[in-house]
Amino acid sequence: MRLLYLIPLALFLFFAGVAGYQLTKPKQTAIPSQMVEQALPEFELPPALDGMPGASRADFVGGKPKLLNIWASWCVPCIAEAPHLERLKEEGVEIIGIAVRDRPEAVSGFLSRYGNPYTRIGADDISELMLAVGASGVPETYVIDAEGNIRYQHIGDIRENHVDLLLEKLEEAG
Amino acid sequence: MIAELGHAALWLATALAVLQMVAGALGLREMGLKNANAGVVALARPAAVVQAFLATLAFFLLLYAFAITDLSIKLVATNSHSMKPFIYKLTGTWGNHEGSMLLWVAVLALSGGLLAGLERRLPEKTMSATLSVQGFVALGFYSFLLISSNPFERLPLPAPEGSGLNPLLQDIGLAIHPPTLYIGYVGLSVAFSLCMGALITKQVTPDFAKVMRPWVLGAWVFLTFGITAGSYWAYYELGWGGWWFWDPVENASLMPWLAATALLHSVSVLAARDALRTWTIMLGVLAFSMSMLGTFLVRSGVITSVHAFAVDPERGSFILALLGLYIGGALVIFAMRAGYIAEGKRFTATSREGALVFNNVMLSAILAIVLLGTLYPVFTEVFDVRVSVGPPYFNPAGAIFAIPMFVVMAIGPLLRWKDDKPARIQFEMMMLAAIAISVIALVAFFGSYGFLPILGLAFAAALGVAALLPLRGRKLSRVPTATYGMVMAHFGVAVSLFGMASESAFTAEKLAAVSAGGQEQVADWTIELESVDPIAGPNWTAVEARVIATRGDGESVLLTPQARNFWAPSQATSESALLTTWDGQLYAVIGDSAGVDANGNPRWQLRIWWKPFVTFIWYGGLLIAFGGVLSIIGRLQVDLRRRSAIKRGKERREDAEAIGSSAAPEPAE
Repeated sequence: MRLLYLIPLALFLFFAGVAGYQLTKPKQTAIPSQMVEQALPEFELPPALDGMPGASRADFVGGKPKLLNIWASWCVPCIAEAPHLERLKEEGVEIIGIAVRDRPEAVSGFLSRYGNPYTRIGADDISELMLAVGASGVPETYVIDAEGNIRYQHIGDIRENHVDLLLEKLEEAG
Repeated sequence: MIAELGHAALWLATALAVLQMVAGALGLREMGLKNANAGVVALARPAAVVQAFLATLAFFLLLYAFAITDLSIKLVATNSHSMKPFIYKLTGTWGNHEGSMLLWVAVLALSGGLLAGLERRLPEKTMSATLSVQGFVALGFYSFLLISSNPFERLPLPAPEGSGLNPLLQDIGLAIHPPTLYIGYVGLSVAFSLCMGALITKQVTPDFAKVMRPWVLGAWVFLTFGITAGSYWAYYELGWGGWWFWDPVENASLMPWLAATALLHSVSVLAARDALRTWTIMLGVLAFSMSMLGTFLVRSGVITSVHAFAVDPERGSFILALLGLYIGGALVIFAMRAGYIAEGKRFTATSREGALVFNNVMLSAILAIVLLGTLYPVFTEVFDVRVSVGPPYFNPAGAIFAIPMFVVMAIGPLLRWKDDKPARIQFEMMMLAAIAISVIALVAFFGSYGFLPILGLAFAAALGVAALLPLRGRKLSRVPTATYGMVMAHFGVAVSLFGMASESAFTAEKLAAVSAGGQEQVADWTIELESVDPIAGPNWTAVEARVIATRGDGESVLLTPQARNFWAPSQATSESALLTTWDGQLYAVIGDSAGVDANGNPRWQLRIWWKPFVTFIWYGGLLIAFGGVLSIIGRLQVDLRRRSAIKRGKERREDAEAIGSSAAPEPAE
């Protein structure tokens, strides 16, 4: 038996091993943003509705770490996470919202129905901030420290068991 | 009843696969000895033929269940809908996991049956081994179907209505593309079984190559046709304007094609010159391995693809186990037996064989590049790094090997077998180089384009001429049909290459927000959006844009791209509108509404491409496939002629013996 003839078998066994290992692992389809641990990009967004201020990068600098919540009135999971954002607000967390591709009437309708945990809401009509922070969908929530750096990214809606985790991440960022 | 009949047919076919496997294996052990098992051994062929009938029957029963929308069958209920157009009810049979796997085993059984029923030239021992392997392969896929993907499963209660077929699949493309690809994939199983049979019985001979060649050619023709159809389908159905995305699922169809292309060339060398024995066997194993690997990648969800197939890790594990059994087993036998196969005839580097070997290596290298690019994300994910590999890797890395391959492909067919002097074809080589260089100079003079597209145009021109050169100086009526096949297929490569290069060099694109009455300019086309109106189809609603396209001062043509919303299941698709002219295609897609213009009229996103000579990509693909068909016809002609010659010779000899003459002429063999 020549060694040469064993090479195809060896290559195949290597592949089969890796593929078998991959099959046993749960498939994770969410892709973390490359922007985590980097500075929040410069942005300045107009208010998403009358009577509330818009949002810019400067709003995150100084004071305590804050949450940046990307949401939209047309987004169903955002309704599900509304009570948990409310709880975070009760814990004294400052949450700055970004309404993606939304209209002022729809935003105020959503807030009056599901509560308003935000101190400011910027209107991201063309998803520019979404793209800049590397969000893959709505909703997503970011922990931003007092220097304006992205410290943690939460993909998808915030569930009950995520509240303590986010509080912990905010603590770490402080 | 239908479901139960189909289910029973599948079980019976499975039992026959076991019989075929055992009978073939016994034949291998006991051949030559007069023994009690001779009766069983003789069953291998009939088992394969009846099995083919049963598996095909099962498939047609499922087809019937889809045709009448039998909602008591789970598969029909989850993939069809009573309101669907009839043709898509039928194509829906294989537009899902279970149905397509049933199609896969039906084709597998059918090709096994054809092999068993028609092939009489191989030594009986090799044939036994081949049928045994074919039965073994079939058994694995039957078990997969019956254990983890039963297409005939009933619902406890019939569903009131089906949930519909993915709208992207409600297209005539689905009627053609998957079945042809499957026939190609699975046709390679015969080459695989033949290779294993020859390897086990150490009978890797030119005769074996001649037996295998039509199977390889046939599978290759279907693969070529399937890939061409799939590429065109993606092009007009997805509305992205691209014809190849290096998506894992596309690669899964390209890899067996590359292996089969290499195999069909090396099998010709083996048949004509008795060289490249182990290499041919390796390629035979590789080609079908790539088919199975493709199935695994597509069905297991190990790789994320734009082709959203129903993904299931359990099925993935099952196919991986089959892969390990078949590919692993084949490679073990290869490692043990390859040393026994004598090396075959020698030849020099500057000969027809030399050129074929070179291009075999180049094709294998491209295959390795595609395989590595496709699997790379799987490997990096082990280290928690997520990557996606795309055109920036595949195009240049593939080109490194494609460029020398095209050079050798141009001059290889001009060389003689065994040994030749390059000086003999000096004139042809100079001429081809002159053509390539003048095309590069011409294109570079008129504009700045990418390096690869320019090179592609140059090679296309040179290859197009080179492909016809083997006919030069020959009496055309005396040229064998198979040679015409080669000329046509090589010319098709040039045509396709021209289309690809032209599309990437010269495409003009425009994305604009236009309100009714607005005009845009793309290349020499003037595009006017006349109106946007809602319309409704049998199971969808849509907005349809009426777009007037005018070229220069020519006649206006109406294009009607649509953005469709299907309601069962609910999904949006974009129906592009194509205008084909002899020198290219105008491609229009209507997108979302885009606010209002200054006068308060609604605007729509309109995307227009002008793609010069893009259609040549698929014309070339068809030429390649038809070249393969011609080649099969040519080989079969020669084969039939030889058979009748042998028969005539035999008759003459018998006559001579009967007369008692000793001066009988030698047989024509």
